Amino acid sequence: MDFLSGLFSFLYQTGDAFAFLVLSACGLAVIFGMMGVINLAHGEFILCGAYVSTTAARMGLPLPLSICLGAIVAGLVGMLLERAIIRHLYSRPLDTIVVTWGISMIATQGTLILLGSSIAGTGTPFGSFAVGGYGYSVYRLVLMLAAVATLAGLWLIFTRTRFGILARATIQVPHIAEALGVNTSLIYSLTFGLGAALAGLCGGLYAPTMTLVPTMGSAFVVEAFVTVVVGGADIFLGTAPAAAILAFVKAGLTSWQGQLAGQIGLLVAVIVVIRILPRGLTGFILRERA
Amino acid sequence: MASRNLLTSTLGLLEGPQTLGKGVGFWSGFLVVLALACAYPLFADGYDVGNNVYFFNWAFMALGLSLIWGYGGALSFGQTAFFGVAGYAYGVLTINIGDAYGLTFVSLIAAVGLSALFAAVLGYFLFFGRISGVFLGIVTLSVTLVLERFMSQTAGPEWAIGSARLNGFNGMGGMPSLTIPWPGGDIVLYPDVTLYYLTLALLVIVYLALRMLVNSRFGNVLVAIRENPQRAEMLGYDIRRYQLGAFVVGSGLAGLSGVLYTAWGNYITPSSMGMSAAALPVVWVAVGGRSDLTTTLFGTLLVLAGFQYLTIYGSQYALVVMGFLLVVTILAAPSGIFITVGSLFSKGLRRRLARERS
Repeated sequence: MDFLSGLFSFLYQTGDAFAFLVLSACGLAVIFGMMGVINLAHGEFILCGAYVSTTAARMGLPLPLSICLGAIVAGLVGMLLERAIIRHLYSRPLDTIVVTWGISMIATQGTLILLGSSIAGTGTPFGSFAVGGYGYSVYRLVLMLAAVATLAGLWLIFTRTRFGILARATIQVPHIAEALGVNTSLIYSLTFGLGAALAGLCGGLYAPTMTLVPTMGSAFVVEAFVTVVVGGADIFLGTAPAAAILAFVKAGLTSWQGQLAGQIGLLVAVIVVIRILPRGLTGFILRERA
Repeated sequence: MASRNLLTSTLGLLEGPQTLGKGVGFWSGFLVVLALACAYPLFADGYDVGNNVYFFNWAFMALGLSLIWGYGGALSFGQTAFFGVAGYAYGVLTINIGDAYGLTFVSLIAAVGLSALFAAVLGYFLFFGRISGVFLGIVTLSVTLVLERFMSQTAGPEWAIGSARLNGFNGMGGMPSLTIPWPGGDIVLYPDVTLYYLTLALLVIVYLALRMLVNSRFGNVLVAIRENPQRAEMLGYDIRRYQLGAFVVGSGLAGLSGVLYTAWGNYITPSSMGMSAAALPVVWVAVGGRSDLTTTLFGTLLVLAGFQYLTIYGSQYALVVMGFLLVVTILAAPSGIFITVGSLFSKGLRRRLARERS
């Protein structure tokens, strides 16, 4: 029984870490994989989603709806930014990372000035259950389901919808897609918006479990970066398996040595992995297949 | 005779294709600026002079980033990691071994060496793993953020090295200032005129040495790598070594900044490695013109002065303004404001700008 409860505890932690990595990384991965842009303002889209959904929830909107609202608002803000700033820099990928960093500084500090050093949260819903003497949060299980659902949803979007087909065509050979009548600039906008909305979704989902402060985005970005770096450009071949592997590493180290060891271990794992697989898991898997 | 030739050819590297400014005009301007900087303490209060050493402290990190990013084309967003490592190393060393017999300078060298070693290990994995472009930026950024989180949780009494408590989020204090052993009483370099001259001298030495470095064979290869890594490789250069070399030198300079800052304020905190701290060097270097040492230096000092002014008169807006400055610079003047504006007036700058655009 002890063994079983220990196993459950480990699986729960792995699942929790997996959900965290997938949800925090998928927005970044969509934007990077599709457009080659690393969005350093990723944490601020998460912040946006969290703030909007919490405010909506406190005004009486049901939690699932407010989370969706947070994602939608973050997505719209993302599209706006893409129109205003990012689109001028597609030919200079290294500059986009610097520009998004500037945006991130403005957003974090702007939130601090406008909304103060923190806003009231909503509290974690659903309570908890016990297995073998330890308490577990039900909401964490919801987050795991949400992570899987997000991956499934993205797969459907990119393989089964017109937008997904056009987006992939645009990414592969932009000028041919354009010649065939695809409005590529709209596709770029929508893709960036989708990535931002996913970040907002992550923020909305995790908002009930955290303290809402303007710098909360930075709690996500390291994990998100690390997952994308290990995963490489493809979200399904890269991000998802990378998140699974890293979650295993992180949960193992966390239960062995504590929270921080989990993070440091993650980073060390990444630095070693890129030495061996410079193009991430995506490159590794595609090379094996080819 | 041979040694004289060596000397002149080394000094000849002070000007060359990779640095702006040459000839009598530039160097007399250089001397005028230097003379003004030397004369400044004569006209100001010792306390203000000591405070203004602060600006010089950061310039080393900016010059290092200019070497890595501007000349080498490798985005390192984690220079603050080396800043922090060296700062903490200086604190731990000096608290444990004291400040007698010039040991603070031994600690300075050891701390800078440690940050360079750290950079060499990290850089080995990055450059020999052929990580480039955006990945390099986000891995280095992750390193500094994780270091910040690590140092933030070292509050408990178990986190001590020798007699130095790390003190977690509150930061470590109480380390001695740099101290010169002197017959008849050590000279302690509190933030005052003496420290000002020492830091200024270091800055001039580093600036001139970097000018020679980037105009040497090493610097030219580095720029060739920035312009086109494949071509440089086809020409037979091991680009990994050159980039690693630039990374180690630049990070050592960031470490020097960290030590000088820690010794200046007798204080270092984990937030010096955080997200907004890491962004600032990028702003300084990008705004001035990252691809040249002189514009980087002036840009850094100017932006720092502006930042300081804003912090006094409206502290919360300072970071927002920095963010705007960064966005506007990248959109409107990607080579940096000095280089872009200067190219309206100078032919040399115009040519350089055209070269960068192409």
